Amino acid sequence: MTVSTISPAAVRKSIVVKAPPARAFEVFTSGMGRWWPGSHNTQPSPITNVVIEPRVGGRWFSTHEDGGEADWGRVLAWEPPGRAVLGWQLNAEFQYDPDFITEVEITFTPQEAGTLVTLEHRNLERYGEAAERVRGMIDADGGWGGLLQLFGTEAEAAA
Amino acid sequence: MANAEQFFEALGDPTRRRIFEQLRSGPQAVVDLARIVPVSRPAVSQHLKVLKQAGLVVDAAAGNRRVYRIDPHGLGPLRAWLDQFWATNLDAFAAAVEKDETT
Repeated sequence: MTVSTISPAAVRKSIVVKAPPARAFEVFTSGMGRWWPGSHNTQPSPITNVVIEPRVGGRWFSTHEDGGEADWGRVLAWEPPGRAVLGWQLNAEFQYDPDFITEVEITFTPQEAGTLVTLEHRNLERYGEAAERVRGMIDADGGWGGLLQLFGTEAEAAA
Repeated sequence: MANAEQFFEALGDPTRRRIFEQLRSGPQAVVDLARIVPVSRPAVSQHLKVLKQAGLVVDAAAGNRRVYRIDPHGLGPLRAWLDQFWATNLDAFAAAVEKDETT
């Protein structure tokens, strides 16, 4: 039996915001702690801020109510106000892994209505190289098991 | 490639969710899956097709049978999850930018 290796396409998203690129870049990066959903947290302690050190090689991390910090990754490219590339070093279980890295590129392009913001999260095939950890995500209560329960609840509510 | 919408749709159906959960214990043939869900074998095949298109399962021929398993790398579901994750985040980001601009 042969099992083909799947190389997933990058996740690509875009949105137009009513602000100039410099402002959009600033809110996205130095203001990340103001908009990052609190539910997207790698730690038990609630997030107090999300910090991106504004330079290539800078850290990307969250700070928490208990005084702790949690690394997320590092800055790979820093070109305000047009572009930034962040190294996303959270594995499939949302734990920081210094030996694991995927790229998140964000671009800011001026438009008549404001700024077109695009986001690309790529190198997702690297998760495949950590297949055991992905398996963990599928099986964990907070992972796919939890999501499946959610689908169940929603399906019942819709019925 | 699967997107979040396909993913949600694929798992929004209770029978498909049941099939997917069954495959978590290991690869199975259509005929075996048909025994555990209250639908016909052709219906099971149809459900598996939807799960496959959503990137949740893969299939392979084993003799004259077709065996299904969860995507061995879990990348289909993972990608769909990340797709949803960034969509939520960008919406939150846009709301923050525009709130600033109007105050």
